[in-house]
Amino acid sequence: MTTNALRRNGSKGQAGDKIFSGAALGAGILILATLLAVAIFLFIQALPTFTADPTLVSGGEGFLAYIFPIVIGTVIAAAIALLIATPVGIAVALFISHYAPRRLAAGLGYVIDLLAAIPSVIYGAWGYLVLAPALVPSFQWLSENLGFIPLFEGPASQTGKTILTAGIVLAVMVLPIITSLSREIFLQTPKLHEEAALALGATRWEMITMSVLPFARPGIISAVMLGLGRALGETMAVALVLSTGGLIPSLIKSGNQTIAAEIALNFPEAFGLRLAELIAAGLVLFVITLVVNLIARAIIARHKEFSGAN
Amino acid sequence: MKLHRIGSAAAVLTVAALALTACGSDSPTASAGTADSTGGSAAAVSGTLTGSGASSQKSAMEAWKAGFEAATPGTMVQYSPDGSGAGRKAFLAGGAQFAGSDAYLKDEEIESSKEICGPEGAFNVPAYVSPIAVAFNLPGVETLNLDAATIAKIFKLEITKWNDPAIAATNEGVSLPDTAITVVHRNDESGTTENFVDYLAAAAKDVWTYDVSGDWPKDLASENAKGTSGVVATTTATEGAITYADFSAVGKLGTVNVKVGDDFTEISAEAAAKGVEAATPVEGRGALDMSLDLKRDTTESGSYPIILVSYHVFCSSYKDQATVDLVKSFGEYVLSEAGQKEAAASAGNAPLSAKMSEAAIKSIDSIKVAS
Repeated sequence: MTTNALRRNGSKGQAGDKIFSGAALGAGILILATLLAVAIFLFIQALPTFTADPTLVSGGEGFLAYIFPIVIGTVIAAAIALLIATPVGIAVALFISHYAPRRLAAGLGYVIDLLAAIPSVIYGAWGYLVLAPALVPSFQWLSENLGFIPLFEGPASQTGKTILTAGIVLAVMVLPIITSLSREIFLQTPKLHEEAALALGATRWEMITMSVLPFARPGIISAVMLGLGRALGETMAVALVLSTGGLIPSLIKSGNQTIAAEIALNFPEAFGLRLAELIAAGLVLFVITLVVNLIARAIIARHKEFSGAN
Repeated sequence: MKLHRIGSAAAVLTVAALALTACGSDSPTASAGTADSTGGSAAAVSGTLTGSGASSQKSAMEAWKAGFEAATPGTMVQYSPDGSGAGRKAFLAGGAQFAGSDAYLKDEEIESSKEICGPEGAFNVPAYVSPIAVAFNLPGVETLNLDAATIAKIFKLEITKWNDPAIAATNEGVSLPDTAITVVHRNDESGTTENFVDYLAAAAKDVWTYDVSGDWPKDLASENAKGTSGVVATTTATEGAITYADFSAVGKLGTVNVKVGDDFTEISAEAAAKGVEAATPVEGRGALDMSLDLKRDTTESGSYPIILVSYHVFCSSYKDQATVDLVKSFGEYVLSEAGQKEAAASAGNAPLSAKMSEAAIKSIDSIKVAS
């Protein structure tokens, strides 16, 4: 009886299995194909930039000289965002998963997820209308007291529209990604590990450092990498907040530029070589993101035993 | 980890979708003026007119489109504000029946337009005039009198305080504070920037030695923001800031009276229209062409020299009568008093002077069917 039922189910399941595996394969191929199509499109459209006379490229010194400062600017903005968002995001996630009373935790989770649903142009508008003017006094203070550090070299911007402000706005945008993913991972920590730690006399903090964080490390890394992807590619918020300019070390003066914002700001009136140049910039961003993701994958793969990342 | 996968899959799909749409948008839908003579009478105009070009004309174009379609039932106007360069390119490739452009067609572009426009090529008529204000945020000061050289020095970051003797010299009786000047410029490429620096380069030759282009000079990078609304918002939020922007958008910011001849001209639609009249036709152009050499350094008092003139580019001949009728009636509507008023009400620009629009209508009236 039991074996018969199992067999029947099994044969029925086989057809379903095939359909499902076919559909999954199709979906997988579709993603690779679109990715490839995007890469090919970018490459073909960008080609004139690489073959053009270097003096005709913006800045007059070839594509590398043009792209280098904005690559660094992109990295600076994303780095600031992650430096702020990673500790805060993990702390919020830990609070929700291990400290907050259950009812509060659920509510808080929803609110954080809501942050992810706000369009970036709203963040940008908030950034340049509210945050930037509010930050001017702190920038002033930084330049007066810590001005000897190149990062805070004055005179501070009078409008507050600096790469630091842009980084802070990006941090707020990245926060929900890091928080939601980390929270899910923290909740998956095997209850036995946690209880064992507590039974050995660990405090709650010790339990978290001993069992939750090591288990969640690869998950946290991939959450941060996903956040980094958003920070690297964010366009509108940076375009609105940042007072763009050449590459400078100071974070509180106007200057620097990110790839995504450069494209957004110049695309509407661009044509011919300029258009190719902007698409080439897009190609560079594409490659950077790809490399970052590959590195993240490698790190996760190395730590995947006993973790929530598999 | 599932979340991560789904997330990245969704991200990739979105990117792909965006890329594909972006791909599609650089060839504006070209649909020839289809002539279904449903109106009966010979003069009836119908069909779809396709244009492409300057984004500066966008809100004016919406007003023209609405007004024209209401006045001539059976017609439709499509305008994609892809930018002046893209618009001219689409027009020259035959993808659009007219183009909107912040710069008139260059000689070589006119030459290449002969391929699709017949032996007389294409021509430009001014359609949209907008005064550019030099606007500042100084509490208690509503207007300042400045000459071109002083404006250029301020935007060149050479004059850094509002109580600088150069500013005080032309503003007796105004109490100028010891506030630092914060220059705010556009960070996106724009016709406003191009016309403003063109003014500085023409009227303050000795001070302003940078190339004229839609991008702000890289060496002078200062505070900046995206779009007209961006620079105005930043200037409004920063005491001591100064910027340049469409007059219609400056809100409660103070504006500069620019020195022209011996007087200081206050910015207004009339002064801008007078500034356009001071312009001279570009030499060596066809009879229909109305490209203008703006006299930024005019000395005629009462005319305001910092203006943006945006053109409509038409062919001198189109392939069939229906298209000719459609182009003519639209072009003439835009330049008519009603059309200019519509646009001014919606975009806040300055209407063309009667003399100027009469001449432009004359040009458009001579569009004919290709033989």
